[in-house]
Amino acid sequence: MQMHDILVVGSGIAGLSAAVTAKQKGARVVVATKSSVSVGNSVMAQGGMNVALGNASSDSVELHIEDTLKSSHNLADPKMVAKMCQGGIEAIEFLEQIGVPFSRINGARSPLKSIAQRKLGGASAIRACYAQDYTGLKILHTLLDRAINLDIPLLEGLFLLEIIKNSKGQACGGLFLNIESGETQALYAKKIIVATGGFGAIYAKNTNSKTSTGDGIAAIFRAGGELSNLEFVQFHPTTLKGSNILISESARGAGGYLVNSKGERFIDELTTRDIIAKAEFEQIIQGEKVYLDLRHIGKEKLETLMPQELKLIKQYAKVDATKELIEIEPAVHYTMGGVSVNENLEVVGLENCYCIGETSNANVHGANRLGGNSLLEALSFGVLGAKEALKNSDAKPMEQEINYRLPIKKGSDNFALFRVKKRLSTLLFEKVGIVRDEKSLSEALQELEALNIESLTIDDNPSNSTLLLELLELKNANILAKALIKSALWRKESRGSHIRSDYPNESKEFECNSKINI
Amino acid sequence: MDIKVNSKSYKIKKAVTTLLEALTYIQENIEPTLAFDYGCKSGVCGACSIRVNGKEQLACSYTPADGDTIEPIRYAKQRRDLLVDKSIAKSLIAKTKATIHSYKEEVLGVADEKKSEVQSNCILCSSCYSACPVVEVKPNFLGPYALTKTYKYTIDKREGEPKEHIDAIQSSGIWDCTLCNECTLACPQGIDPKSDIVNLRNLSASYGYMDPNFSNMGFSGGFGFDPNGGF
Ligand SMILES: Cc1cc2nc3c(=O)[nH]c(=O)nc-3n(C[C@H](O)[C@H](O)[C@H](O)COP(=O)(O)OP(=O)(O)OC[C@H]3O[C@@H](n4cnc5c(N)ncnc54)[C@H](O)[C@@H]3O)c2cc1C
Ligand code: SF4
Ligand code: SF4
Repeated sequence: MQMHDILVVGSGIAGLSAAVTAKQKGARVVVATKSSVSVGNSVMAQGGMNVALGNASSDSVELHIEDTLKSSHNLADPKMVAKMCQGGIEAIEFLEQIGVPFSRINGARSPLKSIAQRKLGGASAIRACYAQDYTGLKILHTLLDRAINLDIPLLEGLFLLEIIKNSKGQACGGLFLNIESGETQALYAKKIIVATGGFGAIYAKNTNSKTSTGDGIAAIFRAGGELSNLEFVQFHPTTLKGSNILISESARGAGGYLVNSKGERFIDELTTRDIIAKAEFEQIIQGEKVYLDLRHIGKEKLETLMPQELKLIKQYAKVDATKELIEIEPAVHYTMGGVSVNENLEVVGLENCYCIGETSNANVHGANRLGGNSLLEALSFGVLGAKEALKNSDAKPMEQEINYRLPIKKGSDNFALFRVKKRLSTLLFEKVGIVRDEKSLSEALQELEALNIESLTIDDNPSNSTLLLELLELKNANILAKALIKSALWRKESRGSHIRSDYPNESKEFECNSKINI
Repeated sequence: MDIKVNSKSYKIKKAVTTLLEALTYIQENIEPTLAFDYGCKSGVCGACSIRVNGKEQLACSYTPADGDTIEPIRYAKQRRDLLVDKSIAKSLIAKTKATIHSYKEEVLGVADEKKSEVQSNCILCSSCYSACPVVEVKPNFLGPYALTKTYKYTIDKREGEPKEHIDAIQSSGIWDCTLCNECTLACPQGIDPKSDIVNLRNLSASYGYMDPNFSNMGFSGGFGFDPNGGF
C-alpha cells in the first residue's frame, strides 16, 4: 500500500493551491480528479478575485470583511470571514510569485501594487484583482504548471466514490472509480482534502461546469459529515437564454439595461443578484421575455470594455449586441452551502477530512456570496487547509475492507437515466428555484422520492463509460437535491438567495445555519 | 441533419447550435453509451476538442452542418468513441519545465501584461498538438502549446533564470518545428505558437545556441524539419 501524507480530491483552484502548498512544505501529496486537470468551475471565472489591495481606490481588509458580512445577511462567521480576507494577501503574493499574468496598472511602487482591480457588485471599494476576463483560467493554469513542476502526481480520471474510514471512524482514504479501467481503486493518506466543487450543475439551467455535481459533498455526507445551508443557491440574472452562458456583471456595470418584451425597464440594474433574479423571474411568469440591452452604450465602448463577452454573445445567442437585444434568463450560478467545517477547515463529523472551496460551507458567504469572493475562498482556504491538514498528522492509515458495487446490470434501460436526470434538474429549477414555498418544496420532494433514483442501473461496459459517470453523478444529485429541499423546507423565512413566498421576511429565529446529517 | 461520428452515421432530429448539443442528442436519444468529454460548455476548459472534417474544433463552440465527419483529436490514445487520453500534457509541461524557476521581484506594468496576454489564454485543449505534422513523425517533439508556455515564462520579467527555459527546449523542441503554421490555424484562442517558436529560436541564439539543422546541413540538405531525414 502506498502511503501519502495528503490526498487532495479535485483539481480546481482550491485543490491545486492546497496541493502546491502542502508539497512546498515537504509533504507527500497526491491529487485525484475525475476530469482532465483543467476542468471545473475555476477556469470559468472571469470577473476577478477580491483582495483589499487598494490599488484603484482606498480599501482595507476591515472594509472587505464588513462588505462580506453585510452581504451574508448575518449568517457568515466574522472570524472565518476575517481569516479568508486576511489570507487573501498571502494568497495573492503567492500567485504573483508563481507568475500569474494579472492585468496591471502602470507606475506602481511594488509588485502587488501593480495588479489592476475592478469593481464588482456589493463591494464598497474597487477590489477584484483580475486577468482580463480570464481570471480563473490564468490562475488555474499557473497553479497547474507549478504543481506539475513540483512533481505532484496528478491522477486524472479518478472519480471519488466514497471516503474510506478506519476503525476509529476517521477518514483515511478515498475509494475511486478508475474511469479508464472501470475498476475501483483506493488511495490512502493521513489526511484527505476534498475540493470537488459545488453542485450548481444539478439544476436544469446553470452556468456551471458539467463536473459540478456535488460528488464530494455527497460522499462526505454518506461518511457521516455534516452539511449546512444547502438552501442558499445563487442565481445569476444575466445568462444567455437557452445556453446559460454567463454574461458577467460588467455588462450592467457599463450601463446595460434590463428590459421586458414591451421594452420597459423593470428593475434597478445595479442592485444585488438575488433581487434582480427575482424581478426577472416575476416578469417571466407573467409571460414576458427578458432582455439585456447594450445598444445605447455604443460599439466602440463595448468593444474595449467587453470583447470576450461580445464574442460569446455572437457565438451562442447569434446576435450582434451592439445592434440587437440579447434575450437572457436567470440561472443557477453558485452554491453557498456545502460541507460544514470547523475553524480549521476540518469536516464536522468526520475527523482527518478537510474541505475547501465551493465544496465547503466555511461560513464565509452566508445567504449570499459576493462576486469575487469565491476565488478568494478557494485560494485562501486552499493554502490554509493544507497547513491545517499538515498539523499533527500522525495518523497511520491502514488498508480497509471495502465493498462497493457499481450500478451496472444487464438489460437495464439506458435511456431511463437521461429522462430521470431531466426530470430531477427541471424539478429543482421549477420547484426549488428562485422563489419557493411549502407546497412547491413538498411536491418536489415527493416527486423525487417517486423517481427512485437509488435503484437506477445501466447496462454498459464500465471501462471508459461516460454513461456510468452520468449515473454516479445523478445518484449524488439525488442525495443533494433531497437534502437541499429539506433545508429549504426547514428555513421558514426569506433571507438572501433563499426566497420563500410564504415567509417573505427575515426572521431572527432563523439567524443560524441549517444543518443536515445522515 | 446527418453527422458521422467515427464513421457511423447519426440523424439529428433537432435544431442544434453546437456540436456538443448534437453529441448530447445522440447520447440521450440514439446511443446512450457514446463516450465523449466536455466540461464548461463555453470554450474555456479545453475538454471537448475533437476533429471535424479533419480540422480541430471545440465541440461546444462549433456549429455542425449536414454531412460533418467527427473523430477524436490525434496523438492522444483513443480510449473509447471520442474519449481520448490527454495526459501527455502533463509530461510535456514537465519536460519544458514551464513554471517560474527563480522568482525575481519586479514591478510589472501594462506593457508587461500585454506581452504574454494572448499566450496565457491557452485552455490546454491540445488542438494545436493534434494539428502538428511533426508529432506524427517525431512523437517526442515537445509540441506547440508547451513551447508557447515556455515562451511566456521566458519573457516574464519575474523569471530570474530564463536560461533554464531555453535549455529545456533545445532537444526535441524549437528546432524540430517546420514553421508550417498548422498550430496557429488550429488554436481556438487565437494563440500563435509558431511565432512564439520563432521568437524562442531568436532568444536561443542570444544564449549561444545554434540551429542544429544548420550544422547538419551537409547531411540533411535543408532547413528545419525534413520528413525524409530519418528521425
Ligand atoms: C461561469 C462562472 C464564472 C465565475 N466567476 C467568478 C468570479 O469572477 N469570481 C469569483 O470569485 N468566482 C467566480 N465563480 C465561482 C468560482 O469559479 C468557483 O466557485 C471556484 O472556482 C470553485 O473552485 P473549486 O476549486 O472549489 O471547484 P472547481 O473549480 O469546480 O473544481 C472542482 C474539481 O473537482 C473535480 N471533481 C468533482 N467531482 C469529483 C469526483 N467525484 N471525483 C474526483 N474529482 C472530482 C472536478 O473535476 C474539478 O477538478 C464563477 C463560476 C462560474 C461557473
Ligand atoms: S508550426 Fe511548428 S509547432 Fe506549429 S504545427 Fe507546424 S511544426 Fe508543429
Ligand atoms: S495553444 Fe491554443 S490550440 Fe494549443 S492547447 Fe492552447 S488553446 Fe489549445
